[in-house]
Order: sequence, then structure tokens, then C-alpha cells
Amino acid sequence: MSDVDPHDHHHHDHDHDHAPISSDQPPGYYDIMETAVRELLIERKLFGADEIRRQIEVLDSRTPALGAKVVARAWTDPAFKERLLHNGRAACEELGITFYDDTELIVLENTPQVHNLIVCTLCSCYPRPVLGLPPDWYKLKPYRARAVYEPRAVLAEFGTTIAEEVEIRVSDSTAVVRYLVLPMRPAGTEDMNEEQLADLVTRDAMIGVVPVAYNREAA
Amino acid sequence: MPKFAKGDAVSIADRSPVGHYRMPTYLRGKRGTIELVIGTMAVDNEEEAFGRNAGSKGHYYRVAIPMTEIWPDYVGSPNDGLRIEIFENWLERI
Repeated sequence: MSDVDPHDHHHHDHDHDHAPISSDQPPGYYDIMETAVRELLIERKLFGADEIRRQIEVLDSRTPALGAKVVARAWTDPAFKERLLHNGRAACEELGITFYDDTELIVLENTPQVHNLIVCTLCSCYPRPVLGLPPDWYKLKPYRARAVYEPRAVLAEFGTTIAEEVEIRVSDSTAVVRYLVLPMRPAGTEDMNEEQLADLVTRDAMIGVVPVAYNREAA
Repeated sequence: MPKFAKGDAVSIADRSPVGHYRMPTYLRGKRGTIELVIGTMAVDNEEEAFGRNAGSKGHYYRVAIPMTEIWPDYVGSPNDGLRIEIFENWLERI
């Protein structure tokens, strides 16, 4: 996985100059096509520029904190967990998380017997209403191809070793369903409240590439 | 009524039509089992894209396929598996 950075280090150390934000490249074929289609749709009054802006704001407002809240609720409320596993979308809506598209949400529970991993081999289908935009590595071809071919090797590169007797279940999300992994609650967190638990749940754990970790000493 | 039910053995069609199909090439011709009928029916977007049978809907199914069925040289536990949602026009009863 040479060109995939599993830790998604994106220049968060600001010790370098950013390139100026300017468009000095001529637009590509798909840029021009997108602009043409968008302008045509607005011209035909099928939707307005303000609706596009509003939808971008909705997308930008979604972060993994929403998914973490869902997971922490499921860990602390067995009845909610049951509803979540039965109908992921309806349970998220109970917590005020709206779905702005026609996708369903299937929540996949990790257990000592089964480890779930999510990928979209065709493109980048991802549970955006609950996790926001996907990380870059999720969209790259090496992850997409290898997650369904050698999931154990891919997991090992994230530092995750799954015992041979544990079943790996890869869900290829390519059409109308989105997936969220419900990770296992780590040992030693029995006294933690829902909010403290939510702080432990990371984006990558809800994709299934890592478990949720809890280090009592570090906490 | 859904064409298939939970537990049905199915095979995925092996065809290569022109256009955009949400049925990855690596699974064409493979065999699996229906794990779940996805409740909400969806428009047959493959036909819809060409303006045929506008608005006609069908079911998606969550299909379970063993990794060893997909990759004969799969390295890992023989229990490992894949799940994918497939529109009913790609599925054949076996």
C-alpha cells in the first residue's frame, strides 16, 4: 500500500508554506462538463445556486463525531443498539442525525467472532450523513482493490491483526446501502459515560480498519 | 414481492453491457447466498439511464459470498467472506 497513507497525515504540521489558492490551471474535461451541467440545471430551474450552496454546507457539517455518538449510545443503551442493528437509518434519525439522500444505513456489529471492514470498489460510497467526507486513502485504488482481495494484509498495514479464527467480513458498498461498523467496546471502560466513550471512537474504527483502543494509563 | 428470499442460493450474471453498472466485474459469474432482502425498492437505474422502463423499481439484496469463491488463491481464513448489495436483474437462482 505504498501510495496510501493509512494515518492520513495531511500537512497538519504547519511548518511549510502553502501554495497560494489560485486556479492557474485551465479547467479539465470533467470540470467543464460539471459546470455546463450545473448551469443548464439552474437555467432550467430544476434547482437554484442557493440550494447547491446549502447542500455543500450540509456536507461540510457532517463529521465522525456524529458516528461516535451513535456508537457510544449503542454501547450504553441495549434497546437503542437493537434498533440500530435493525434499521441504522431510523436509529440515527432518533438522535437527530438527518439523512439527506435515499441511502439506507446498515450497521455492522464487530464481535469476538466477526470483524467487519467497509470498502467501495466502484467509487467512494461512504456513510457521509454520519461520518462526513471519506479520507483520501478510502478513495484510492490500492485500498479499494486490496480490501476485497487481501483484507488481512490491508488491516495489518493499519496495525490491526485479526486472529485466524475470527471471520473477516468485507462489505462492498456500491449501490443504495451505506455501512457503519459498530466496533467492540474496549475493556476497562465500564465506568465511562456516553460522552467519554464517544471520545474514544475514531473514524477509522467505524470503517473497520482499526479497533477502538483504550489505554487507562494514557487516559 | 421480492424475487428472492433470505437463504436462496444465487449466481451473479456474467455479462458486460455497455454503460455504467453498479455490479463490480470481479464478482460476475460468482455464486453466493441471499443474506437480506433490502426493504426499500429502488429504481432500476441501469435501464433508467437509457430512458427505458422509466420508474420501474426492483429489490436490492445483500448477498454473502465466500472469499474462496471469489479468489481461488485467497490467503486467509476460509471463513472470510464478502457482502455486497446487488440489484435483482443481476441474480439468477441456482
